[in-house]
Amino acid sequence: MTAIELAPGIPRSHQQGFGTAVADIATMTGREVRRTLRGVDSLITAFVIPVCIMLVFVVIFGGAIESDGNYVNYVVPGTLVLCLGFGSAATAIAVAQDVTSGTVNRFKTLPVFGPSVLYGHVVASVVRNLVACIPVLAVALLLGYRPAAEFGGWVGAIAFAVLMILAFTWLSALGGLLLSVDAASSINFVFLFLPYLSSGFVPTDTMPVWLRGFADHQPYTPIIETMRDLLSGTAPGNTLWVALAWMVGILLVSYVGATIVFARRVKE
Amino acid sequence: MTAKNRLQDRTIEVMGLRKTYGKHVVLDSVDFSVGRGEIYALLGPNGAGKTTTINILSTLIKPDAGTVSIGGVDVLSRPQEARRMFALTGQYASVDEFQTGAENLAMMARLSHLGTRARRTRVRDLLEAFDLRDAASKRVADYSGGMRRRLDLAISLIAAPPVLFLDEPTTGLDPRSRAGLWSLVAELAANGTTILLTTQYLEEAERLAHRVGVIDGGTIVASGTPAELKAQVSGDHLVFSFATVDDVQRAAALRPNAESDLDELAVRVPTEHAVADIRSFLADTADHGVAVTDIAIAGPSLDDVFLTLTGHEARTGHETSDTDDKEKAA
Repeated sequence: MTAIELAPGIPRSHQQGFGTAVADIATMTGREVRRTLRGVDSLITAFVIPVCIMLVFVVIFGGAIESDGNYVNYVVPGTLVLCLGFGSAATAIAVAQDVTSGTVNRFKTLPVFGPSVLYGHVVASVVRNLVACIPVLAVALLLGYRPAAEFGGWVGAIAFAVLMILAFTWLSALGGLLLSVDAASSINFVFLFLPYLSSGFVPTDTMPVWLRGFADHQPYTPIIETMRDLLSGTAPGNTLWVALAWMVGILLVSYVGATIVFARRVKE
Repeated sequence: MTAKNRLQDRTIEVMGLRKTYGKHVVLDSVDFSVGRGEIYALLGPNGAGKTTTINILSTLIKPDAGTVSIGGVDVLSRPQEARRMFALTGQYASVDEFQTGAENLAMMARLSHLGTRARRTRVRDLLEAFDLRDAASKRVADYSGGMRRRLDLAISLIAAPPVLFLDEPTTGLDPRSRAGLWSLVAELAANGTTILLTTQYLEEAERLAHRVGVIDGGTIVASGTPAELKAQVSGDHLVFSFATVDDVQRAAALRPNAESDLDELAVRVPTEHAVADIRSFLADTADHGVAVTDIAIAGPSLDDVFLTLTGHEARTGHETSDTDDKEKAA
């Protein structure tokens, strides 16, 4: 013990501002990347399950629903959106764990940019989900998916995907702050199930009337149709604005909600 | 540093702290101050308001009323500045299992905005000082409870804060790890760190703290050095031992204020003049044909203090804590 200076008074920067806030978020992002890469569960959730989902839709359902190959082009954008939602939901579990373990308490007593731990979760989720898209798209291409989008369409699709991940991840972060770890881990069922009740896998006019009303008006239908238009090189119509309105709305409400709950939530 | 100097140099000053949740009063006017380099223990049972007090002092929650100053910084109006003055080690070792010990420390050093060089030496020195060098590159998931606690404490010290809050620092630790942690805490205070700790264990308060505040029902019901607290309660006891239960019962009948302990085969009698009382008690027992096998003089324990002040017993050992922790977890 005598070898070390345990007396108080280590020199450190007392300046705080935009620079330290960015550094704080970068540190927290690195922490989340480590968490993802070091857990078997988190690796499977992030990278293996999305590929499996794509395989199921294209190989199993694709063969049964339509044999000429057009179904592949129809279903891949919806499956991609489903995977991004599912991948974003992992944030809920990680945030809930941070609250339960008292880690959030500790971070809140540090002189850091307040909700930097939440920003770290979100930035890591964007990176994780964009990386997860690569094997998912590769599998789709191998199985005959032929997107007609040109450069502009791809840029639009990526930007659209980032906005979607942001909205879904902030929503998941809010869930993680409010729920127990167990309850938070069931959030991904919502993201797995809700896309089925949209035009992502079958056109809504094949559904029973009572379901069609819901399917036509829930956020996944305009989001998936916009993604399909962007990837097929078609100019998205009115659905783009409906989709953007949904995503920006979800993003704003979740972001504001999560920062308020974060500031108030204390593990006793 | 003398007690007087400590009082003049109040590093932590808490006045009139009040916190309610709805109709439930958690803290009802809590006042205390801690001098530089002093270890102050908040001693009380579960639900007494210990953690709430720590949470208010560490900027996690706001009180309904009262003031808190740490190192001259008003915590309630300038929380971000106050956060440079203290570090918190919570009830549960909040370290990342998926990171190694060294990575946990380096992350906290970054978040404390230490420079690159200071960060490297600080991480290395703390791993060394807390006997974690060999485990530095192992993931915390593989650490024992004692190692996690040591890492937890090392993390709190990363920026060498002048004030340290320890919320039940040894709950769930085995006796050896507990003793190790105590000596670390004592050494920190000897080097000038001011320490506020909460505990349910009388032994911990007695061994570690310079001063103790007994907290119960959201109020500090007594405070002082362990010796002062004991002096408040009662004087010494004489403890007479006997060979048989029958002897104990017959001897206890000789004094109206005697307490018999059938398990220990002993009789406790309060005393103010030990020599005279021993002589008369020995004479009386001899008259009744009862043989005393041993005599001891016992001072009051902090246990007695606690019982007298709060009307209920404190926890005295770690055996009871295990079941409690399981209940908490369930």
